[in-house]
Amino acid sequence: MSILVDRNTRLLVQGITGKEGSYHAARCREYGTNLVAGVTPGKGGQVFDGDVPVYDSVERAVDETGANASLIFVPPPFAADAIVESVDAGIPVIATITEGVPVKDSINVVRYLQGKDVTAIGPNCPGIISPGEECKMGIMPGAMHKPGRVGIVSRSGTLTYEAVGQLTGLGIGQSTSVGIGGDPVNGTSFVDVLELFNDDPETDCVVFIGEIGGTKEQEAAEYIGSNEFTKPVAALIVGRSAPPGRRMGHAGAIITGKAARADEKIKALERAGANIIPSPAAIGVTVQQVLP
Amino acid sequence: MKIHEYQAKEILDKGGVPVPKGVLAKAHEEAAAAASELGGSVVVKAQVHAGGRGKAGGIRLVATPEEAGIAASELIGSSLVTHQTGPEGVPIRSVLVEEALEVDRELYVGMVIDGSTGGVVVMASEAGGMDIEEVAEQTPEKIVRIAIDPVLGLLPYQARKIAYSLNVASDQVRTVAAMMSKLYDLFLSHDCSLIEINPLVVTKDGRLLAADAKLNFDDDAMYRHRDLAELYDPEQEDPLEAEAGKFGVSYVRLDGDVGCMVNGAGLAMATMDVTFAAGTAPANFLDVGGGADEEKIAEALRIILSDRNVAKILINIFGGILRCDVVARGAVIAAERAENGMPPMVVRMLGTNADEGRRLLETSSLDVTLVDDLNQAAQAIKALA
Repeated sequence: MSILVDRNTRLLVQGITGKEGSYHAARCREYGTNLVAGVTPGKGGQVFDGDVPVYDSVERAVDETGANASLIFVPPPFAADAIVESVDAGIPVIATITEGVPVKDSINVVRYLQGKDVTAIGPNCPGIISPGEECKMGIMPGAMHKPGRVGIVSRSGTLTYEAVGQLTGLGIGQSTSVGIGGDPVNGTSFVDVLELFNDDPETDCVVFIGEIGGTKEQEAAEYIGSNEFTKPVAALIVGRSAPPGRRMGHAGAIITGKAARADEKIKALERAGANIIPSPAAIGVTVQQVLP
Repeated sequence: MKIHEYQAKEILDKGGVPVPKGVLAKAHEEAAAAASELGGSVVVKAQVHAGGRGKAGGIRLVATPEEAGIAASELIGSSLVTHQTGPEGVPIRSVLVEEALEVDRELYVGMVIDGSTGGVVVMASEAGGMDIEEVAEQTPEKIVRIAIDPVLGLLPYQARKIAYSLNVASDQVRTVAAMMSKLYDLFLSHDCSLIEINPLVVTKDGRLLAADAKLNFDDDAMYRHRDLAELYDPEQEDPLEAEAGKFGVSYVRLDGDVGCMVNGAGLAMATMDVTFAAGTAPANFLDVGGGADEEKIAEALRIILSDRNVAKILINIFGGILRCDVVARGAVIAAERAENGMPPMVVRMLGTNADEGRRLLETSSLDVTLVDDLNQAAQAIKALA
C-alpha cells in the first residue's frame, strides 16, 4: 500500500512537449507509472513516446483517457493556470515541479483549493513516488527506491533522495515519499501528508524532513504530538549552520525570526515526541532504531 | 529583491502614502542645497540596502545646510558596516536628505507573506523605531497580526483594528485605516514579499508619515515588473553572490573555510550542517541547480575559490539530470584555471554516471579524497584541517 499514487494512478503530464516535461515523463513511464496522456495547449494530436496521446486541454485528456493524476512542468508564468485547469477537470492528485512561481500566484491557487478534495503538491517540489506500487510521479531518481513501510515527507528534493539512499542502503524500504516543495506558500502541507501516512496501514513510521524558515515544522509538530497521530516519527531539520536573514536557495528557507530557526523547530518536534535525527548523515540509522 | 529607501518612498508617495519631504543627493553640494530648500534642519540618510543604519552612523541629524554637506561628504563614497553586512560593509553612493520631523510617537506597520496562513499578514505595533524581531521575541503581545484573505482583501474593519491597536487619536483612525488599505494595494500591485514602515511617525502637529520604508519584491515575479527590475542595485549585493546569480547558481557567502558545492538547496544546507558538526565551518552555501554543464560547474568552483578564506573543498552531488562525470570534468577545468591552485577536495558522488565521475577524478592530478557517504565526508574534511 501507499498514499496518493499507486498502480491505479493514470498519469497526465502538463507540459509534456517541453524539455523537462518530456524527459521526466519518459523516466516516470520507465519506472512503471501508467502514463496515459500529455497536455500542451496547441500541440493536441501529437503522440508522445510512441503511443501516449497529447491533448490541448486537461478536460479533454481526462474525458478520453480517465487520467486521475497530473504532473506539471509548465513555465512559472503559466503554472497557476495549469494547476487550476487540473483542479477544474476533476483531477484529485496534482504535483507541480515548476520552480519560480510568483508567490502571489501560489496564494491565489492555495485559496482556490480551500474546501476542495484535491491534493496539490508543490510548487517547486520533486513529486511523489510509491516504490511498491511501481508508481513514480516526479523527478526523483527511481532506481534507488525500495518497496517497504517507511513514509517520507520533506520540503527538499535532493535531501529526500539522500534520505532514501540511506534507508535503501540499510535495506529499509519506503511506502511513499512526498516532497511538498521549498516555497513559502504551497498547496499540500506537512500535516496533510502526515494525516495520510497516519491512515495508511502499510506505513509503519515516518521520516519528516524540515528546514529553516517559516513555521510549517511547528504546525507539523503540533499534529505529531496530538493523540490523533499514532506512528513513530524520525525528524531532521537542516539549516542549523545557516545565518539569519540569508536565503538558503529555497525561497522559503530564510531565518526571519526566532521561530524560523532550526533549534526552535527541533525543540517543537522533540516536545511532540519525534525522534530527532542528530545529523543529516544519521537518517538511516535513526529510522533503524525507531522502526517498530 | 531589495531596493533603496528613497526608491521605496517614491513608490509609497505615488501610491498615496505620505512620506517626509526629501531629496536624493549624490554629492555634498547637492545635499547642502537640499537642506537649505528643506529649511536647514534635516536628516541625512545613507542609501544602502542593509538594515541597522542608525546604530552604524549612517543616519545623521544636522541643523544647517553646511552640516548637511559635511555629513554627506563623510558618507558618500564610504562603506557602511552594520550588523547586517559583512566586515567590508556596503558602499554608500547617495544620501536621502529629509525634513527633520518633530516626533510625537513612533509606530510600526508591516506586511509579509506568511506560509502558515498561505497569504499576506499585516502587522502593527506601538513599539515602532525598534528592531521588530526583537519586539516579537521579547514582547510578542505588543504586535497585532491580521491574516488577509486574498479574495476579500484587507477589509475596512481590519484596517480600523490596526488603527485602534496603535492607539492613535480618534480623528486619525480613518487616516491610518486608509493608509493600510493603500499599503495593501501597493503590496499586491508590486508583487511585494515585504513592506515595512518602521517607524511610522506621528508628528507633534498630528501628521502621519512613513519616516522609513522597506519594500522587498518577489524575485520570481520580476518578469512581470520590468520597471521595478530596473531598480536592482548589484553594488549592494555581495559581488560573488551577484556573479553566481548570473550563472544560475545559488550562492551565499559565509565565514568558514570549507567551500561547499552541492546540488539542491536542502542537500546544500545538510552538507553545511555536516561540515559544522565535524568541527569545521562552511565558507558558503552553494546549490548548482539542476542540469548544470561543465562550464557551470567550473564557474561555481571559481566563485567558491574567489573567497580567499577557502582552504578545502567539499563536493556533494546526487546525480540525476546532473551527471557526475560532468561535475568531475568541470572540477578538472576549474583546477586548470585556478590561479592559486585547487585546494584539497573531498568528493561524494552518487547517482547518474557516478563511477565515471569518480574515475575521472582519481586519474586527474587533483588532490581528491573520494568518500561514499556524509559521515565519511565529514571525517575526511576534518582530517584535512
